[in-house]
Amino acid sequence: MTKLVYFAWVRERIGKGEEVIELDPAIVTVGDLLAHLKTRGEEYAAALEYENVIRVAINQEHVEHDAPIKGATEIALFPPMTGG
Amino acid sequence: MAQPRIVVQHDDFDIAAEMSRISGQNRNIGAVVTFSGLCRDEAGTLAALEIEHYPGMAEAEIGRVAAEVLGRWTLTGLTIIHRFGLIKPGENIVLVMAASVHREAAFNAASFLMDYLKNTAPFWKKEHLTTGEERGWVEAKTKDQEAFKRLHSL
Repeated sequence: MTKLVYFAWVRERIGKGEEVIELDPAIVTVGDLLAHLKTRGEEYAAALEYENVIRVAINQEHVEHDAPIKGATEIALFPPMTGG
Repeated sequence: MAQPRIVVQHDDFDIAAEMSRISGQNRNIGAVVTFSGLCRDEAGTLAALEIEHYPGMAEAEIGRVAAEVLGRWTLTGLTIIHRFGLIKPGENIVLVMAASVHREAAFNAASFLMDYLKNTAPFWKKEHLTTGEERGWVEAKTKDQEAFKRLHSL
């Protein structure tokens, strides 16, 4: 089981801040995960429409979309950051 | 130097108290550079900023950036405080304070830290207007991303 967490407009569009899901072993990379999530419903499709702007962190560290998700306990999806 | 002081909190911070804390008993500090980022009112249109953050990762990511900075410049002290939650115009959002023997390291470290934090620290700003509406999420600025790329290529 993997915990997914969402922030800012990704969270708002999906309609929840976090969820725990079972991931098929065929989902190998972050990119695979994003493609899979988009099939989970129109709220996911809307949140992840512009896939290349979505930033991802695995176990609280930034990763690229080609990163493997093996060993991830927490995967976060969020828009580009606007702190500071 | 000792560990950097990294704080992520809703409450405001006290710059004078942070200045005393960073110098402590050290009498060999020649320079303290303080950057504080404030909430603007956008010519009277903005009622507040709502800052969302990723608890845990926010502290961890600021820690990674601080470690990078301490590897590049010799500092005698480093403090980073970032607020979250509802922040009104005129209030503080972020504090970066860097201390060193001579000014150059402190200036450069503080500048680098701010550029880096804007792009990698997991915080997001939403604007609330004085009309009572939400304008929505602030978009990441291209100039911040360019500053980030420039630093990355150093």
